[in-house]
Amino acid sequence: MKQRIARTVATLLALAAPAVLGTAALAADAFANSVKIVSSLPRTGSANAQTTSMVNGIKMAIAEVGGKIGDMTILYEDWDDASPQRGNWDPAVEAQNADKAIADTSVVAYIGTYNSGAAKISMPKLNTAGIVMVSPANTASGLTKAGLGEANEPAVYRPSGKINYFRVVPTDDVQGAVAADYAKEIGLKKVFVLNDREVYGKGVAGAFEARAKEIGLEIVGTDGLDAKASNYKSLVTKIKQAGADLVYFGGTTQTNAGQLAKDIVSGGLKAKLIVPDGCYENAFIEAAGAKALQDRCFITFGGVDPKLLKGKGAEFYENYKKTYKAEPEGYAVYGYECAKAILAAMERIHKAGGTIDRAAVLAEVGRTKDFQGALGTWSFDENGDTTNRTFSVNTVKNGDFATVKVVQ
Amino acid sequence: MTETEVFLQQVIYGLSNGMIIALVALGYTMVYGIVELINFAHGDVFTLGGFLALTLVGALGAAAILDPNTLGDSSHWLLLVGLVVTAGIFCGFLNVAIDKVVYKPLRRAPKLTQLVAAIGVSFILVNIALFWGGAPMEVFGGGNAAAASKDFPEILEGSNLLGEDSNVVLRLEDLAIFAITIPLMIGLTLFVNRTRLGRGMRATAQNPVAARLMGINTDRVISATFLIGGFLGGAASVMWAIYNNTISFQMGFRAGMDAFTAAVLGGIGSLPGAMIGGVLIGLIRAMSDQYIETRWTNVVVFAVLILILVFRPSGLLGLKQREKV
Repeated sequence: MKQRIARTVATLLALAAPAVLGTAALAADAFANSVKIVSSLPRTGSANAQTTSMVNGIKMAIAEVGGKIGDMTILYEDWDDASPQRGNWDPAVEAQNADKAIADTSVVAYIGTYNSGAAKISMPKLNTAGIVMVSPANTASGLTKAGLGEANEPAVYRPSGKINYFRVVPTDDVQGAVAADYAKEIGLKKVFVLNDREVYGKGVAGAFEARAKEIGLEIVGTDGLDAKASNYKSLVTKIKQAGADLVYFGGTTQTNAGQLAKDIVSGGLKAKLIVPDGCYENAFIEAAGAKALQDRCFITFGGVDPKLLKGKGAEFYENYKKTYKAEPEGYAVYGYECAKAILAAMERIHKAGGTIDRAAVLAEVGRTKDFQGALGTWSFDENGDTTNRTFSVNTVKNGDFATVKVVQ
Repeated sequence: MTETEVFLQQVIYGLSNGMIIALVALGYTMVYGIVELINFAHGDVFTLGGFLALTLVGALGAAAILDPNTLGDSSHWLLLVGLVVTAGIFCGFLNVAIDKVVYKPLRRAPKLTQLVAAIGVSFILVNIALFWGGAPMEVFGGGNAAAASKDFPEILEGSNLLGEDSNVVLRLEDLAIFAITIPLMIGLTLFVNRTRLGRGMRATAQNPVAARLMGINTDRVISATFLIGGFLGGAASVMWAIYNNTISFQMGFRAGMDAFTAAVLGGIGSLPGAMIGGVLIGLIRAMSDQYIETRWTNVVVFAVLILILVFRPSGLLGLKQREKV
């Protein structure tokens, strides 16, 4: 037994060594005819319905090329970055996933993460190893843009000095502004800004607050709530006393947005609630109860309702429904688009006669330009962000999301 | 809202939340008093009580009983009491079963072993709750998202008893918590102080060996303790569910943490201590949310705990005892 463990450790070390030394190109030799794409998303916890839908999107994209680029087989592994104890993404698990991807030399692309906080952990690791990372859902601005997050962002995620992180969703600086503009448009004046004290929630709430001040909304208070609290009735009383007619919550279903919505109703607070895309999933309606959200809650989302997608997006929607016999969640198409962009890069490498390895895929994904995908025609800019800027404002009607406005 | 109204409102919320915490805290403190074990699984037994309650509501036909037009009927109070009793009995026997299967064989093992076993049981129960959340029932959202928070339907009428125009909100749920929690606490106190089994419990808590020598069946006393502690936890879970209108597989984590803190604050092993500790924590949370900031509430709670333990190391009503884990 001991010997076997020793041997396994030795094998693992042997596999990890090339990656550590940065000679990832060896991968192609070791696993001649297959490369691996992995995704790291929170599969345990209430984001599960959303992430299942995203994984389905990724699988669809791979199935569309027949699982092969040239004679190279594309393998896919669906990794979980959450733990049952947290019911949400777990920093330790995300770190393990990144290390696992680095150690497995056949991994050429990493799709993830869902939560911006989780991205902070794997970004520098994958950057050092030179693995391309494409996120279907991270929206925190600081991950790619200087001056919008912490002082050392985004340089701290790029120890190699090169960009390896890309995303297909527009960022929170835009999202926060869209929410503030909409609040003004529907005549709201006094806002209480809350966040869940996570990277994503704080970022988007900050962006909202900045824009709200700019356009003359009055900020009557700010606070950060405890995502594991039983209820927010006391906090709601404080908001009521402050005289707010709008509560903005930078947070997700997993950080208890549903309970907050309920307590606003039970606490007799007659204010609207605006939440960001982390709540654009059916689990949010389920947790809050449709009654608490009807005509009261607005959800911004970096894209449009899958039903409203056009062109290739509409094809995606139809195929998805046909394949999985279910409606895709809001982020399914982003999972699909990530995989599509990576596969398109591999295709270009193959056509040019190159070897599909980590370095080549990384370089080629970065060159994605005027990509015609399900989200329209878009490119990655110099920061690794998508040039797509479509946002929608949604509300809840009769237990389902309904789009009230689309901002291009 | 005037300052007085705000204060009054926070007292109402603080008391309601605190009563629920106190009920859970009793379960911790009773078990600790008898077998000197911090039963970390207690919070998760509480969680399963909530899941059972929602399952029952679903099985009885949520739509039929919970027609908004019939809200306020006496049948809803009956349903509520029925749920409290059923969830209580379920959690009570679950607690006894856990004791028999896991803790009893470890009774003479080092305290740390028992502690780790309790944490292990806690993990198992959390995962059972996760599976349970995937039950293919309408109340569980068809079981599509097992881990999502579940909406717990309103059983009592949700309108404001002080009139819809009043700034202070007092709902039937708040009253229900008082109406169910206080009799339970009085009943428990009477039971422990007046009955034979209660006397046996006090004796076992003081000195298990001497109690056995005096002819007390300590195994029976221990089972009774787990049963009663679990019952109170189950009752608390139903109160929690109707108060927050949500259950989730993680609800026991924070409730358990608060309750454990309450038990320590009040003096672990002391029944009135746990009750006072629970209500105090509820009030501190509400006041901190209002007058400091929500983001500091956990800090405030534990700062108060540390302060009290500095001056009264065995808690508010705790007796000086020998070193325990």
